[in-house]
Amino acid sequence: MSEWKKTNLLDLQDLSKEEIDLVFETAKSFKEVSAREVKKVPALRGKTVVMLFFETSTRTRTSFELAAKRLSADTINIAASSSALSKGESVLDTARNIEAMNVDMIVVRHRSSGIPGMLSENLKASVINAGDGCRSHPTQALLDIFTIKEKLGRMEGLKVGIVGDILHSRVARSNIWGLTTLGAQVTLCGPSTLMPVDIEKMGVTVNYNVDEVVREVDVLMLLRLQKERQQDNFLPSIREYAKEFGINSSRLKQAKKDMLIMHPGPTNRGVELSADVADGERSVILEQVTNGVAIRMAILYLLSGTHKSIETEQE
Amino acid sequence: MSEGGANKKGLTVTPVSKIMDKEYIRRALMRIAHEILEKNKGMEGLCLVGIRTRGAVLAQRLNQCMEEIEGRGVPLGILDINLYRDDLTLIDHQPVVRETLIDFDLNDKKIVLVDDVLFTGRTIRAALDALIDFGRPANIQLAVLVDRGHRDLPIRADYAGKNIPTALDDDVRVKLRESDQADDEVLVVKRKIK
Repeated sequence: MSEWKKTNLLDLQDLSKEEIDLVFETAKSFKEVSAREVKKVPALRGKTVVMLFFETSTRTRTSFELAAKRLSADTINIAASSSALSKGESVLDTARNIEAMNVDMIVVRHRSSGIPGMLSENLKASVINAGDGCRSHPTQALLDIFTIKEKLGRMEGLKVGIVGDILHSRVARSNIWGLTTLGAQVTLCGPSTLMPVDIEKMGVTVNYNVDEVVREVDVLMLLRLQKERQQDNFLPSIREYAKEFGINSSRLKQAKKDMLIMHPGPTNRGVELSADVADGERSVILEQVTNGVAIRMAILYLLSGTHKSIETEQE
Repeated sequence: MSEGGANKKGLTVTPVSKIMDKEYIRRALMRIAHEILEKNKGMEGLCLVGIRTRGAVLAQRLNQCMEEIEGRGVPLGILDINLYRDDLTLIDHQPVVRETLIDFDLNDKKIVLVDDVLFTGRTIRAALDALIDFGRPANIQLAVLVDRGHRDLPIRADYAGKNIPTALDDDVRVKLRESDQADDEVLVVKRKIK
């Protein structure tokens, strides 16, 4: 199996197929750890992991924190609203000050694309991207693909539909990279106003007819309609979106028998999917959350073994 | 049996001596199985846990021996000790972690831990820590195919296939059919630095 050499996790496109497989193999072991009565192993004893979240998060932050704690690392949470950032300190200064307290890894989420990358160039600590703007959310895509592999046993030739607000979705972008790298065929679906121009260049097809997509695919990934990003009249109304693209049980009648329904959360019940679909047999939404902890344990474990040799730039 | 030649680290590797062959290994495992049953007065509460990778293979074989002797086997588990290693902060790359598979309750059980070579004892220390995270066994015993000495920790084997006096820089190489796609054998490779 290939050796892990990455010191940061910024994007899924930085990872080769072999490295993704190594993450999955490692995550499988960690899933077993989370199922034990004593959910803790000493692998990251003495390491410190800081969650630096400039944007709100429940799932991802909790998931990273549990992952770090189950590996025996120490964790600290910093939320933008309660930190010196609200006093006008820059992101880099905040990060450098935290790093000066000898932390080993920084998990960062920010509403602007590229912030994790900028931090990784300026810090000795390993940087893990927990979502930057509309760009990238690598651990989410890894846990999604891990769940698909676990459920269906293969990736090659699998048809995956992603439905919703593709334009604003970092989850969609990271998943497209990961899925196509592993040989799956991706079809995107959503309102044309929320479909990025030229997205086909990422090796995907676009189909605006959600019923056709439902019929074809092995996996249907639904995205949250990000109400906070709908200020610019992308949609006539949420109701119209729900009617045109919302997934309900009558729409699923034409789907393949073992098709999976996935959602990165948080779900808007009654908008992108109905309650009976969210809780239905096809839904693996909660398994995604369970696998998220295992994937993040794997990433923390693998990154903690590599040391940055690059000199940090000083302005 | 001996052969010469230099490996990539610039070490002269010579000679190689075969200290156990297929038949020897088979008999040793059968004897260990008998010893385990004798010492534990049967198989009541007995479990085998093999340390990945070759310890797991040996545990499986010991269980087959017990089936031959007693007509049935015991619960069998596989342990990966990498997360419990004491050198994780010292080595360059994280070792590949594989699944630990122990699907039985080991509280109050008699656990026989199985590994291929007992050397410094550090692997066994890690394995003991890992096992105790799963519960509180009645006792833990240790079975190894080869005990080569040079312990760093106060650990000993309850059952050993063979005791071999070695120099600290010797290499003991165990090959097993299931894990190495080669005939069963144990080799001692003497290393001399050029």
